[in-house]
Amino acid sequence: MSEDLKRTPLYDEHVALGARMVPFAGWEMPVQYAGIIEEHRAVRRSAGVFDVGHMAEFRVFGFSAFDFLQRMFTNDLHKIAELGQAQYTLMLDDEGHIIDDLIVYHSGDLEYLIIANAGNHEVDFEWLKAHAPDDLELVDESDRTSLIALQGPEALRIVAELAGEGWEAPARFTLREATLDTIPVLVARTGYTGEDGVEIIMRAGDAPALWRAILSFAEVTPAGLGARDTLRLEMGYPLYGSDMDRTVDPISAGLGWVVPKSKTGFMGAEAVAAVRDTGPTRKLVGLSFDNGIPRHGYAVLHEGVEVGKVASGTFSPTLESGIATAYVPAELAAVGTRLDVEIRKKTVPATVVKPPFVSKTSLSA
Amino acid sequence: MAHPSDRLYSKDHEWVIVDGDVATIGISDFAQDQLGEVVYVDLPAEGDALTVGDAFGEIESVKSVSELIAPVSGEIIEVNGSLGDSPETVNADAHGAGWMVKVRFADESELADLLSGEDYDAFITEG
Repeated sequence: MSEDLKRTPLYDEHVALGARMVPFAGWEMPVQYAGIIEEHRAVRRSAGVFDVGHMAEFRVFGFSAFDFLQRMFTNDLHKIAELGQAQYTLMLDDEGHIIDDLIVYHSGDLEYLIIANAGNHEVDFEWLKAHAPDDLELVDESDRTSLIALQGPEALRIVAELAGEGWEAPARFTLREATLDTIPVLVARTGYTGEDGVEIIMRAGDAPALWRAILSFAEVTPAGLGARDTLRLEMGYPLYGSDMDRTVDPISAGLGWVVPKSKTGFMGAEAVAAVRDTGPTRKLVGLSFDNGIPRHGYAVLHEGVEVGKVASGTFSPTLESGIATAYVPAELAAVGTRLDVEIRKKTVPATVVKPPFVSKTSLSA
Repeated sequence: MAHPSDRLYSKDHEWVIVDGDVATIGISDFAQDQLGEVVYVDLPAEGDALTVGDAFGEIESVKSVSELIAPVSGEIIEVNGSLGDSPETVNADAHGAGWMVKVRFADESELADLLSGEDYDAFITEG
């Protein structure tokens, strides 16, 4: 493996567990341990633990913090006015194109914590720095911290056991301090799997001890990036780089809900308003399949003519069939539209659906 | 991982069991382990022709697609239909119930290009 790849504090743990390591966004990460399908099912049925230490964490502090992030991000920070609250948001350029999708946490008075995609770490930080006022403290906390996700119907119970007496689970989309097995952490009730669960932020040096403490529970299975991808796609959660990139606006990407119409004065606002006005020419849709496994880049056809390409595509372990997203012309985006996908040499029928592909999870109950 | 000596192996990771002029073909245990959980096996039909060295089908896991390369030439006389509903059989029993096709082969000399279990083990270790 290349010497240039970075390693999280948990690298040795993964190797000891027999993980298959692959390069991802400049990091050497576990794609699977026992197997993607087994890990995926473990998360849906019980609990899976993920090393997400490759992701970026930024901290913003100061009297300008609110106004600054309100200008940089699409979602309305008024919705997370209470301490501890978190929201999903987008960062756009002035053409209304998506730089990254992020979670922002109102972590303290005058303070916000941002978790961003590993692949956009440098771009995001440089962009924020370039636009930040002088009196703002903007710190890249990524090297000092690590991130572990514990997801599944058993996840919160396991956190409660590690937290001990007096622990009260945070509400959904809320962040709270805790001590898990003597380790000081921030526990966020957020995640990327569609199951209830948490993402735990800790000192980088404490990651191995916490990882092992979590794995000491028989109900927990180590899960890699492969399962992370099948889980999030079953939910219709977008993946930056696959479902959206710097060429696309939120409306076309189906993320208009993250850009409240009532909010103005943020980067890209005029461009988004223009797309809303005229309507997007293409839209990201879900595709369901009876046969075949669609994959990124495969051609999408309508009546024999190519109209788009598969953005994200995989085998759904829950449905035991192929699922995908694709950008298609707006007039072909209605649910129920019949399209075809070229899966290598075969032309395979697909139907437009509105994600999620899987609707019964521990979050939906 | 010692591969059984009751059959021959190709460098494309297929195995061949010869019985008279019939060759049963599957993929090696090494191959199924490399692939991960098999979710789909695309096989040809009875009557189709196999040409040694050419792709005759595909095998997919969640993350990958691999071609099945014919270790011998011949005509397909039987296809393992159970792999349609249970592709995971290839992982559970690659050398037995995970067999893929049976072929009536004509050219015995093609077998000379295949490896013994021992030689195949050496081949995958040095690879």
